[in-house]
Amino acid sequence: MKNQSNSAGNGTPPRTGDLVPKWINLNIVAQDISFFVIGLIAALIVGWAIFPALLYSKQPQPMNFNHALHLDSEIVDGIDGDTPQEKCESCHWFRDDGSFSGIPKLDMCTGCHDDPESPLGEAPEEKAFLVNYVEPEKQIPWFVYSKQPDCVYFSHIAHVKMGEIACTTCHGDFASNKKLPLYVENRLTGYSQSIWGKNISGIYLNKTYADRMKMDDCARCHTEKGQEQNNACFVCHK
Amino acid sequence: MKKSNDHGKPETGHESTNGSGQKYGMVIDLDKCTGCGTCMVACAAENNVSVRADQSDKERVITWMRLYKISNGKKFPHTEVSYFPRPCMHCDHHPPCVSVCVATATKLDFNTGIVSQIYTRCIGCRYCQAACPYGARYFNWWDSFPQDKGMDRYLTPEVSPRMRGVVEKCTFCHHRLMRAKNQAYAEDRRELEEGEYITACTEACPAQAITFGDLNKPDHKVSQLIKHPYAFRLLDRLGTEPKVYYLSSRDWVRKLADNFLPGEYEPVVNRTWAEDEWSTKPGRDEF
Repeated sequence: MKNQSNSAGNGTPPRTGDLVPKWINLNIVAQDISFFVIGLIAALIVGWAIFPALLYSKQPQPMNFNHALHLDSEIVDGIDGDTPQEKCESCHWFRDDGSFSGIPKLDMCTGCHDDPESPLGEAPEEKAFLVNYVEPEKQIPWFVYSKQPDCVYFSHIAHVKMGEIACTTCHGDFASNKKLPLYVENRLTGYSQSIWGKNISGIYLNKTYADRMKMDDCARCHTEKGQEQNNACFVCHK
Repeated sequence: MKKSNDHGKPETGHESTNGSGQKYGMVIDLDKCTGCGTCMVACAAENNVSVRADQSDKERVITWMRLYKISNGKKFPHTEVSYFPRPCMHCDHHPPCVSVCVATATKLDFNTGIVSQIYTRCIGCRYCQAACPYGARYFNWWDSFPQDKGMDRYLTPEVSPRMRGVVEKCTFCHHRLMRAKNQAYAEDRRELEEGEYITACTEACPAQAITFGDLNKPDHKVSQLIKHPYAFRLLDRLGTEPKVYYLSSRDWVRKLADNFLPGEYEPVVNRTWAEDEWSTKPGRDEF
């Protein structure tokens, strides 16, 4: 404003060669832009780094479970099947009524780990497991990575058996895991991070279905597979 | 229905909402209904319907299946009473509640004929409640099951409990359809057989007054019962096309099911049914 009044008072017309009108003070503009950039960077740091770190709690599972070891049919009896899916179903099986058993209960473990005194392997986790859970016959309070909100209905048998979709399509590759990942829970909603996905912005460049488990992902797959009728509300909601 | 034709409306018949899909429907025989209320209890227990300390407050209490008592209004000894179980009618094609919903929280599923209600999507505006001509929708004025009182231990895990501020209604025990489908998938089939999916009220009714099945399948019992001359629907002439049918041999009951001008109602015995049509229709007792 000061410059503008000065130039008007002097009566000198702005030079035609200037790219910037004379009443704009470039120093102030540079200052404004730098303030904006600093504020933007600060806001991004808060929004993309500090807030997610505060929002999600990271909890280890009550004990480790070595999927890779247990899926080796040379080490573990009863892990049969030619396909990876059949191997998964050795422990995560379907009941006769078509419902899914989910994470095995303790009696599945004690089928082999039956004697608390004599561990089958060398791992210290196994000893702790025998002492803490097998001896007192206590169920392991696993955290379920893919636990959906209460309003969601999901039929495993419809997807795995009738839709012929591999377990890894949605759950990722758990079979080769030697160590269980941390359970990351949203402190506000109480839902697992596997539902929303690791990227807080929700943007994935090479998106796979194992990245997250939101309603849009279910609908996208239904549409891609030509099963649009399954996008009706009362298919996945209860 | 024949009655609709009399009033110049197009014959919609009972064709599918979607040619390949199912169209689940219910037939309630009012002559068999004793008014015991087992359907209401079974429904509430099955679907986690909330209860209140004072269940006599009929404006606030939630009953997906409600039993009405109707009377012919005559004095003794001519008094007659009939009981009237009323679930959600699951109107076909254009349910009044669906078109008014601003949040798309309720939809007619063209593959099953079931009108859905998604509680997490409902914003509680209650337009659907106002639009429903049957009063089948209920609003949750309170949180239904307090977590710390231990009542949540008695919930059906297949039905999500509702929160305060949303509308709920009968879903034809939709989770039972999902359960039946899972069973079918386990047995390597996609088609359900008759009787594999029935609602809780159908199963519980001690008088077997309620029949449930697929209206698209001519061999299902419901498809045959709705062709009976005694079959009628509630407020049929509104054009909501309910998938819940009633049977009653009493004319005054059928007359109360709709709003007739004086002299407009035509008793069943006076209606012009072709002789062969009467004889080919299976009687209710034959089932």
